[in-house]
Formats: sequence, C-alpha cells, structure tokens
Amino acid sequence: MAMAHVGAAEQIHAPKKRGKKTAYLLLAPGLLWLIIFFVYPLINLAETSTKTPAPTFETGEFVQTFRFMNFIDAFVDNQEQFYRSFVYALLATVLALAIAYPLAYAMAFRAGAWRNFMLLMVVAPFFTSFLLRTLAWKQILGAEGPVVSTLQFLGILPPDATITATAFSVIMGLTYNFLPFMTLPIYASLDRIDYRLLEASGDLYANGATTFRKVTLPLSMPGVVAGTLLTFIPASGDYINAQLLGSPDNYMIGNVINSRFFRVVDYPTAASLSFILMATILVLVVIYIRRAGTDELV
Amino acid sequence: MSEIKKVHGDLVLSHVTKSFGDFVAVDDLSLTIPKGSFFALLGPSGCGKTTTLRMIAGLEEPTSGKISVGDLDITYIKPYERPVNTVFQNYALFPHLTIFENVAFGLRRRGIKDVDEAVMKVLDLVELSHLKGRKPGQLSGGQQQRIALARAVVNRPALLLLDEPLGALDLKLRRQMQIELKWIQTEVGITFVHVTHDQEEAMTMADTVAVMNKGRIEQMGSPADLYENPKTVFVANFLGQSNFIDGEVESSDGANVVANIHGTRITFPKSRNNAMGKSLKVGIRPEKFNLHDPGDSVSGNVLTGGKITDISFTGVSTQYLVEMPWKQELVVFEQNDGGAPDLVKGDPVTLTWEPKFTFALDAAADGSSK
Repeated sequence: MAMAHVGAAEQIHAPKKRGKKTAYLLLAPGLLWLIIFFVYPLINLAETSTKTPAPTFETGEFVQTFRFMNFIDAFVDNQEQFYRSFVYALLATVLALAIAYPLAYAMAFRAGAWRNFMLLMVVAPFFTSFLLRTLAWKQILGAEGPVVSTLQFLGILPPDATITATAFSVIMGLTYNFLPFMTLPIYASLDRIDYRLLEASGDLYANGATTFRKVTLPLSMPGVVAGTLLTFIPASGDYINAQLLGSPDNYMIGNVINSRFFRVVDYPTAASLSFILMATILVLVVIYIRRAGTDELV
Repeated sequence: MSEIKKVHGDLVLSHVTKSFGDFVAVDDLSLTIPKGSFFALLGPSGCGKTTTLRMIAGLEEPTSGKISVGDLDITYIKPYERPVNTVFQNYALFPHLTIFENVAFGLRRRGIKDVDEAVMKVLDLVELSHLKGRKPGQLSGGQQQRIALARAVVNRPALLLLDEPLGALDLKLRRQMQIELKWIQTEVGITFVHVTHDQEEAMTMADTVAVMNKGRIEQMGSPADLYENPKTVFVANFLGQSNFIDGEVESSDGANVVANIHGTRITFPKSRNNAMGKSLKVGIRPEKFNLHDPGDSVSGNVLTGGKITDISFTGVSTQYLVEMPWKQELVVFEQNDGGAPDLVKGDPVTLTWEPKFTFALDAAADGSSK
C-alpha cells in the first residue's frame, strides 16, 4: 500500500513554514490527549510492572525493586490463557472475515437501493452497549434460550447439552461483537474500486472468478488488513465475552489481567501481563502488515 | 481458462438496437467495418457511439440485432471470450500491478507462460519499456494512455476498440498521440474502432468515419468525403462550419444544377446535390469563399452586395462576417497569405466560390444553419 503512494508523496512539495506551524497546531489536541491518557498511564504501568509487595504485606502496597522476573513469572503462570487468547482471537477474526467479506461485497456491488439500509444495519449494534449485547447473547444461547431448545427439539443437541460456557460461544461472541469493525473497512475499500477496472479485466480475458482473484481481492486488501487488525487486536485483549459466554476453562488473558487488577489486587503481575500482551500483539501486527504489504499487493 | 474465440474478418453489425427503458440509445444500426481498417464513430455525447462500442466489447447486450466478426456471431458471448480488446476512456490500468504486469494481464489469462518477449516488444512499440517496473500511479496521463494501448495491442485481437482514448490529454499531447496511434495501427494491422466526439481526431486518424446522431448513422465515408459533401445539416455542422443559403432549383442540365439564391444564379455539379425537391439549402464552407472588391472581375459563383460587419484575426486565417442584402450573415475564412484585399469593417465586398465546392441539402432538413 505504502509503495503505491511513494510517487504521489514525492510530488507534494514540503509545505512552507507557516504550513508547518498550522500542522503542529492541528496535531496539538490529539498529542495532548495521547500524552495524558496513553503515554503517562503507560509509564505508570511500566513502573508498576517491576514492583514487588511491600515488606508490610499490606494489600495494594508495592515497592519498586526492578524485578524483571515479574515478566517471566507472569508469562509462565498464564501461558495457557495467552495461547487461548490468540487462538480465540484468530478464529474469531477468520470467522468475521468469512462473514464480513461477502456482506461488504454485496453492499458495495449488489445492494443497489438497499445499500444505505444495509450499512445502517451493520452499524445499528453500536446503538446499544457492548456489554448489553453480549448479555443478550447469553440469554439467546442459554439453557432456556431459543437456540438450545430448538436444537434439542431437533435432536441435534443432546437434552443435557449447553452452548454457553463453551469455547464455541466465546468465539461466536467475539466474532459477533467485532463484525462491524471487519465489515466497514472492507466495504470502504471495495466501494472505492473503479467499476471500469472490473470491466477492463473482463475485456482482458478474465472471467468472473479470475477477476475477483486478480483485481477485486488485491484492491480490497487494505480494507482486509485494516478489518482483521481492528478485529484481532481488541479480540485478543477482550475479557467480556469469555466472562459472560464462557466458563473459567475459556478464560482469556484479559480475564486474568482483570482479576489480577481488581480481585487479587496484584498490580505488578497485571501490569507485566499487559505489557507482554501489548508486545506480542505489536510483533504479530508488524509481521502481518509486512507480509500483507508486500505479498498481497503485487 | 475460458476459450477465446480465434477469428479474423470484417466486423458486421446488423440491425442492432439497444434500449434502456424508453430511451433508444442505438436504433437499428447496420454497419460493416472492413478488416484492418481504422474506423471512427463520431458524434456528440449521447448519440449512442459509446453504447455501440460497449456492445461490440460485450459490456452491453443488444436489445435486438446481431454482431459478428468474420463468420463468428459474437452478439451474446462473454467479453472474456471475445477476440476484442478495449482501450478505456480513463485507461482503467490496474493500480496494484506494475506496468509490465498490466500489459501481461491478457496474455497470462490466456495461459501464456512466457510473456516476456511479447510484453517487452509492445512496450518498445510505445517507447515505455524503461517504465516496466513502475505502478500506473507514477506515470503521466500520456504514458498511461500508451500503456492502456499496449495492454490491448499485445493480445493481437481481431478488433481493438478505443473509447475516447485521448479525451483526458491536453491538446499538444493529443495531436502527438493521434499520429502515434495511426502509426501503431498501420504497424500492427489490427482493425481499430475508435469512438470520439472530436471531429478533428476522427478525421486525422480514421480511414472511414461514421457520424452518429440520435442512435443512427447520419453519414459514413472517408473524412474528405464527409467534409466536402455532407449529406445532412447535422454532418455539415458537426464537421467544421458551414454557411447555408436558402435557394431553389431552376434547371438542371446534364452534369450541373442551376439554382437561384435570393435572385442570384449559381451552378454546382449534380453529384453535390443531396436534395430531393426543388427547395434547397445551399451549403458553402467558410474557407471556400473568396473576398473581392466590388469592381474586380470575377468568375465562378458570385454573390454581390456584401458588407463586412466583423473581422477577427486568428493567426493562420482571418475570419470575416459578411452581411448579405437579404440580411443573412455569412462566415468567410481567408488565409493570411496576402491573397485577400485589405478590408475594414463596413467595406462592400463580392463573394465568389468555385461551383464544385457547393453542396446542396433539402430545405426541409432540420438543424440550424449557423
């Protein structure tokens, strides 16, 4: 993606001094916000991550001892949840992509007059809170809910089986909750594709499937990359879905961090875990963007 | 991999009609474009020329009628199975592919593995082989245009369709590309069907020009033929400028027609008479008129009693408006080669022209004489 814009960027001459001043001025509110609500807490968190319990053993009291072993301990003790987080997030991302791509494609190319209505339907879930929606799924998928009773009536599920408190329902919840974040960027990039490119592809002997593979899909890759990141990153740190739709067996790293902070009041471990999560996601994302940026767009 | 029909021969459209709801874009069009020719479909926007092209490309399906190349009926076959390639109006180059891959696209789709030689050859033809590694966004408009052409030509189609390919270029570049296009067409020997609203572009490049209006072909012929002997007012006005003077046929002997225009007798060859009845619109191109002082001895067709009402200098020529005794203003172009007398506004003049430059149309013909 970046490659394609190099030429354009070169042609834009450096703005004059006055333009630079304006640019900084425009950036100022955002920068200030980032410093107060992101950089400062991050430093705070880093500081907490190497602390150890105070000699008084009073709850919530910690002293700075620069114990970097905290990271190793935190990781070793919670390997399972880390692993599970990324597997769940990955599965949810793949599922969301499988659902969102055809949906976005239909909206961009086939919806006609229904396009705006469909867009509204995609965005509609945002009108209620994330928590409420997940709670609603707990009801729907619960033992008394319509899904389980129907499946049991049809004999697909045994009479004593449940859907909630399983990995299935957690992944389903993640998929559902992040679906709009997958759909909208893909829709935006598909919608930007010049229809004449598809005609040109047909004119150059590519049938529908080949045109999709060689033209539509590569041109929608920026949307796919954005969508998968917007799904995978929050999904791997999520704890609401595992908490409401899963059992402790399905807990993700978010659940561990949550309980370390608020229940066990073990701030250093929670902070270490947060950092490990952040670093892992960062590494995965960089690898992913590198690959998508070079391979997919050629 | 779909089967691309291999065929060569004339392109024949027979009774092709295309309607969009109530609107008839192309109306019972029949046309034969000989193999290897450079054919231009010329007309104003909305005349149906682009729709015609899209039907040949397979991007639109005719409402009725038949399109064939050689002995192959292509009316309903898919665009990707047609031996036809298009140079699109905005080039439609694939932004995610390099110039090389853009040009190789059609070859690869046909399952050709070794594309290097063919691609480099055609890139050499358009003199852009040094840009093969770039992306389309890094090229200028003229370069993109040539790549679009190369991408189509490399497939050696039976037919190459050009949809206003030079429309986005500035005048100077357009002139240059017109010459290059014509040269490339001669070089590769493919039938070119060129759609344009630019009469000069059509006339410079095409062997045969068809002027379209309201979904029909008004007139078809060589550029010179269309210009010198237009058969309708629309064609006369679309290709250059024309003066129309109302008149009546007085007599016609053997090869010539004698007509009376506002009391003056003029003659012109019978072959230039496209009118059915007695009433005529006599057409004379502005550059065919010669201006004389009233006392000069003159020959040919002569109109006396003119008065210069406006003069504008345009460089190569000077444009005069001459008011005639019947209050009509005629447009006259004179080359700035010292051939015409020095004239100023208000001077009386006599107009002459050679009979063979006259063309006559039906007085009932529509269109305004400007």
